[in-house]
Amino acid sequence: MPRVKLRLALGLAVLGVLAAAALAAPLAQQWLGHDPFAPDLFRRFEPPSPEHPLGTDDLGRDLLLRLLHGARVSLTVGVAAALAATLLGTAAGLFAAWRGGMADAVLMRIADGLLALPALPLLVVLAAVDPARIGLPRGEAATDILRIVVILALFGWVGVARLARAAALSVLAQDYVRAARALGAGEARVLLRHVLPNILGPVTVATALAVAGAILAESTLSFLGLGIQPPAPSWGNMLANAQEMVFSAPLAAVWPGLAILLAVAGCTLVADGVRGRG
Amino acid sequence: MPRLIAARLVQIAITLAVLSFCAYGLIGLMPGDPIDLAIASDPRLSAEDAARLRALHGLDRPLLARYGAWVGMVLSGEFGFSRLFAQPAAAVLWPALGSTLVLLGAALALAAAIGIGLGALAALRPRAAPTVDAVAVLGQSAPSFWLGMLLIILFAVRLGWLPAGGAPEDGAGLGEALRFLVLPVATLAIANLAAYARHSAAALEAALREPWIRSARARGAPERVVLWRHALPNAAVPILTIAALDAGALVSGALVTETVFARPGMGKLIYDAVMGNDYNLALLALLLAALVTMLATLAVDLAQRALDPRLRDA
Repeated sequence: MPRVKLRLALGLAVLGVLAAAALAAPLAQQWLGHDPFAPDLFRRFEPPSPEHPLGTDDLGRDLLLRLLHGARVSLTVGVAAALAATLLGTAAGLFAAWRGGMADAVLMRIADGLLALPALPLLVVLAAVDPARIGLPRGEAATDILRIVVILALFGWVGVARLARAAALSVLAQDYVRAARALGAGEARVLLRHVLPNILGPVTVATALAVAGAILAESTLSFLGLGIQPPAPSWGNMLANAQEMVFSAPLAAVWPGLAILLAVAGCTLVADGVRGRG
Repeated sequence: MPRLIAARLVQIAITLAVLSFCAYGLIGLMPGDPIDLAIASDPRLSAEDAARLRALHGLDRPLLARYGAWVGMVLSGEFGFSRLFAQPAAAVLWPALGSTLVLLGAALALAAAIGIGLGALAALRPRAAPTVDAVAVLGQSAPSFWLGMLLIILFAVRLGWLPAGGAPEDGAGLGEALRFLVLPVATLAIANLAAYARHSAAALEAALREPWIRSARARGAPERVVLWRHALPNAAVPILTIAALDAGALVSGALVTETVFARPGMGKLIYDAVMGNDYNLALLALLLAALVTMLATLAVDLAQRALDPRLRDA
């Protein structure tokens, strides 16, 4: 039992530190006194120094500040996509379990089909869609974030839906649900007041795993040049940039990857902890 | 068994049909259709010329009609032309598929071997379990493109032992081809072994609690025999489930790995074709990758049934 708590505590601590770092980005910027978006071509590839704790990149921008600003973007995308996937997935799972029959079969076949396919090639195809052709402004950071969140949620709901459906099926068979119905509770009340609160455990686990998956997927898409577009920093596009300077600044490739690793591991630990895995 | 295979093949065909229609529709929403490119490359082209070109190539017909024509072509074995490679699409697809299957096969074998080894270690030595677990959580959390970059920095840039990427020249020997394979295979294997380690540890722990294990030990069987002969065959079915669930992740990993190492293959082909507006090739490569993934999953399912008679009636 203490090990379960250890996992949860460790995961929450890691995520807390990352969230604090993301929130502290403007403070750090003020303190160090650099603009992480303004190129300074006289200070390219500087090694770590008190002035630039992690050094500078190929345009002379401070790597630590870009890393902190990248945390804001990457964590926002990860959490927003996971919440959207949770909402969609919980609704789909609840509906499938409650309705049963044809609706259940169709929804679950769609989920099986999506799970059977290789996700990344599909994400690449979806991410290549030109936002201008569906009436969105192109090239703005906010559009970019929204675009990636929608794409990731389109895939992320499946995992949540399966867990939510399985949990809802077992809750719907409980006596207190029959009792509530016998007392005249409407179906909406049964689902929202009696079923939903009792499937929150599995849904929380699915959400934590969805955050991990979304952070990984966003970083991969941004690394491939299909996600968050520079100059806005995300951990993924910082790594794409670092790949071009492996000879001049190999350390630049270490930090963003480590940040992704910590964020994903933090979410996995939280999911394990909530699930009660030893 | 034949009924099951037939049902699954029908399911795969339906999935491919839905996927191809969705992807075909999405391609209309991507930048740079052939007429746009013609306009961009020749400013003298008027709006009437563009409309005439569109009609000439059938691009003014409704989506369903165009999709139907494309499906008819593909089903009759006519895969069309790749603009990016200036070759028939089939001539590009098959070599790429071969290269990717070599990469996937080697990475899968390595990931399964190391993963199951780590799982066995965790199941037999409870004191090693937390370490194995930590390694698995970290391995599962590291983005594979980052692992690839770190390996390139260490083994190609710093030590200079192995090529940083690309493919061996035509006519190079097997040894040279293997040198190009080491880092991509290592990257993909590290990214995938965590799942095997976690699940084989759990499966082996469960198998080791069975009564026949106690009987084997009571008869004086050495631990080695207990593990490999008595526990592992019973843990094989849940471990194979991971292999089936992971087929998609493996193909996704191939896209990242091939792109990081500039290694020709299906994954890089999909990426290059999408980025290079070569949409016919992108569509075909996407469908081929999906087909390979689903067939691999089916093969694993059949292997599970062969291993465990209890699954056969289902």
